[in-house]
Amino acid sequence: MSLATEIMNISIIVAFIAVGISQIMAMTRLVIGPDTGSRILALDTMVINAIGLIVLMGLSQGSRIYFEASLIIAMLGFVSTVSYARFVLRGDIIE
Amino acid sequence: MMETIAVYAVVFWLLVGAGFTLVGAIGLLKFNDSMTRLHAPTKVGTIGIGSLLMASMIHSYVFGDGAMHEVLIMAFLFVTAPISANFMAKVNIHVRSCDTPPDLPTGEDWATLDRPDGYETIPDTTDKPLKTL
Repeated sequence: MSLATEIMNISIIVAFIAVGISQIMAMTRLVIGPDTGSRILALDTMVINAIGLIVLMGLSQGSRIYFEASLIIAMLGFVSTVSYARFVLRGDIIE
Repeated sequence: MMETIAVYAVVFWLLVGAGFTLVGAIGLLKFNDSMTRLHAPTKVGTIGIGSLLMASMIHSYVFGDGAMHEVLIMAFLFVTAPISANFMAKVNIHVRSCDTPPDLPTGEDWATLDRPDGYETIPDTTDKPLKTL
């Protein structure tokens, strides 16, 4: 194993740890969040961090099969954030 | 030689992405007002995930048959992040967890604070004291 590949493996682990810590931080904000807007924001951040974790997993395994999963999670995350916000704003999602 | 440079590019984008994501989450946790909190993950976190996707793209060019699939996710995230941030700011105004906008000169309501017809079940928050920054 050459030096470059070794450095890349270490940096993948570092990125895993950083994104995992930020996921835990977002979950803390979801639990303690004083108002509804902060909770919706924390959920949105958790979805984005989940996309990052899936991308990192595909990168560390060298496989391309996680691409569709992260794309679907990205779309569903946007739709769910908009639905939460719309429910708070209008009292209904589909009027 | 080229492969070594590409691997170091992957390492660079990985570390940049990890740092930006972590900074966004720290901002989400540390800021003390809901409108300020909105800035950290919607801008910084999105850039962080974009960097991670960039690393994945370079990695697929080095170690496999290259593909630009990640551009789809990146474009989708970069387009939808401001929209969801706008929606969350409207939620903050609506539940009055921040300063409310001033009265309009025509005497109408702001659309966020307006109440749609037939929805009387929305709790009335007008007598709630405004949070001062």
